[in-house]
Amino acid sequence: MSIKDTLKQDNIRTRIAFVIGLVFGVGLMAGEQGFLGDIWRYYSEDIIYLAKQHVILVLVSSGLAILVGVPAGIWLSRDWMARYSETALQIFNIGTTIPTLAILALSITLLGIGFTPAVFGLWVATLLPIVRNVYQGLREVPAYLKEAATGMGMTPRHILLSVELPNALYVIFAGVRTAVAVNVGTVPLAFLIGGGGLGELIFTGIDLNDPQMLLAGAIPVALLSMLADFLLAKAQYWLIPRGVNPLR
Amino acid sequence: MITLDKLSKVFETPGGGTVIAADQVSMEVPEGEICVLLGPSGCGKTTTLKMINGLIPKTNGKIHVAGRDTDELNPVELRRSIGYVIQQIGLFPNMTIQDNICVVPDLLGWDKNKSRKRAAELLELVNLDPGIFLNRYPKELSGGQQQRVGVIRALAADPPVLLMDEPFGAIDPINRAVIQDEFLKMQKEIRKTIAFVSHDIDEAIKMADKIAIFRDGKLEQYSSPDDLLARPANDFIASFLGSDRTLKRLSLLSVSDVMLGDQIRVTAQDDVSRARDMMREAGHKNIVMVGPQGRARGFVHLNDIADVQGRVEEHYQALPTVVNVHDDLRTAVSRMFRHDTTWLACVDDDGFFKGFITQRAISHALGATYRDAATVAAK
Repeated sequence: MSIKDTLKQDNIRTRIAFVIGLVFGVGLMAGEQGFLGDIWRYYSEDIIYLAKQHVILVLVSSGLAILVGVPAGIWLSRDWMARYSETALQIFNIGTTIPTLAILALSITLLGIGFTPAVFGLWVATLLPIVRNVYQGLREVPAYLKEAATGMGMTPRHILLSVELPNALYVIFAGVRTAVAVNVGTVPLAFLIGGGGLGELIFTGIDLNDPQMLLAGAIPVALLSMLADFLLAKAQYWLIPRGVNPLR
Repeated sequence: MITLDKLSKVFETPGGGTVIAADQVSMEVPEGEICVLLGPSGCGKTTTLKMINGLIPKTNGKIHVAGRDTDELNPVELRRSIGYVIQQIGLFPNMTIQDNICVVPDLLGWDKNKSRKRAAELLELVNLDPGIFLNRYPKELSGGQQQRVGVIRALAADPPVLLMDEPFGAIDPINRAVIQDEFLKMQKEIRKTIAFVSHDIDEAIKMADKIAIFRDGKLEQYSSPDDLLARPANDFIASFLGSDRTLKRLSLLSVSDVMLGDQIRVTAQDDVSRARDMMREAGHKNIVMVGPQGRARGFVHLNDIADVQGRVEEHYQALPTVVNVHDDLRTAVSRMFRHDTTWLACVDDDGFFKGFITQRAISHALGATYRDAATVAAK
């Protein structure tokens, strides 16, 4: 897929998010005294407390995934790794075919229940898009740019830092965005292994057949994921140098 | 300045065989000259070039750049001391033009103010306004502008030696000619020692002080463009240069080289009898009429005034065309053919009459090289 297509998609995505946000906003205002107002009255404390847990889960697990995924992607993209990198990525790929719920369940056997296994499970689910995009982005930097850099007397470290990474940054960022979107949507499952988060309201709501409680969890999750995507889109726009940023 | 001594490169193919990309290449590029490495694709010219800055490790032989054996230098430092231009230009899209130009100065740890000032000077050298271009990104420049920046980037740290790998290959023919001319003008001042890879014979003739022709990794002939065109060493070179190679020599000579200068002339007020006498004396069939300042105005043909009276202004014809003394002979011949004439009046930049040029004189000049060779051979 070319960058232009991604761009178009991003545009569409932003618009859809905006429209959905609008609908929610109007709904909230209209329901101030009614259904939604009741949800807020009954569950505001829970929502704030659990949303905090939720955000911490997102930040810790995706932060760790970026910390591990970026170096791993760089490492796999080096020429001397070329023989093994595809195999390694296939293993990562197989990793993602396992449902996140199964990974969460499996991590209980290793780490017990609570915050740590939840972070671990989310980390595994988030890692692949990051590694894959870092690898892809770096491999797609044209060979002649690296040749020009080498020919001008740059060291491999220089080439990585001032030529390869900046030119791969857009693709890398796209990977991070995808990963975080997956992450925010998966966090509710963490409740099932005692990790907390807004999943508590959703699953309890389902079990008690209480739509108000369910929505008290679901609406903030939806808003959070839109907020995360919005913030990352802004970061993508401003952090990537103009010369390699198709958005600017 | 650049000396290659029995330089060889042997590639191993996956099948276990070997390919000899460069075979005992020995040559020397003197200081301040442009040497064009020319040949069909796969002839080893690019391999040879890239061995000079170590992008391709050599198998055998010695390379000296600026008097130093490259084996004894750290490859990274060696490359920083050699300007490098590639066909794809290779400007870094993430950096501004300013930062692109300053890549090598920054690597060398130059003072930022100094290198930024130099970037502006270099931009002016290729007629790009620093105020506009310094802070632009490569994608905001046209192909021709990018290529100019690619060249001045290689000059940023003022290296004595430049390696250029088909630097003007990706530009349209019109822009290419303009950039080539700009570059030659620049080279007159900066006098770099340049190894230049090309597969375009016309480009080679235009740019080169010396041409090295490669085939299958071997250096087949190494001589000046005129010598190469006049005396190709073997059939391969002759056919590579083309059957019109003598015509190509036309672009190596300028009008002033073969012009018959300081010639007889008449003015409008002169009597035709005077014109007649002058022509008969000089053995010419035509004479140019100049204005009061000496600008070429027209001409008189001997037959037209054979038996008439009066002044020149009553009998002259307009000049069909003139040629500038700085033009090359290719232009002159082209004008002659266009206007079906055997001679042209030559003028300088201000239109002053300087002399004339004839087809006979041109073919004589082209033939001189061959006659010299014949006399040498006869002795």
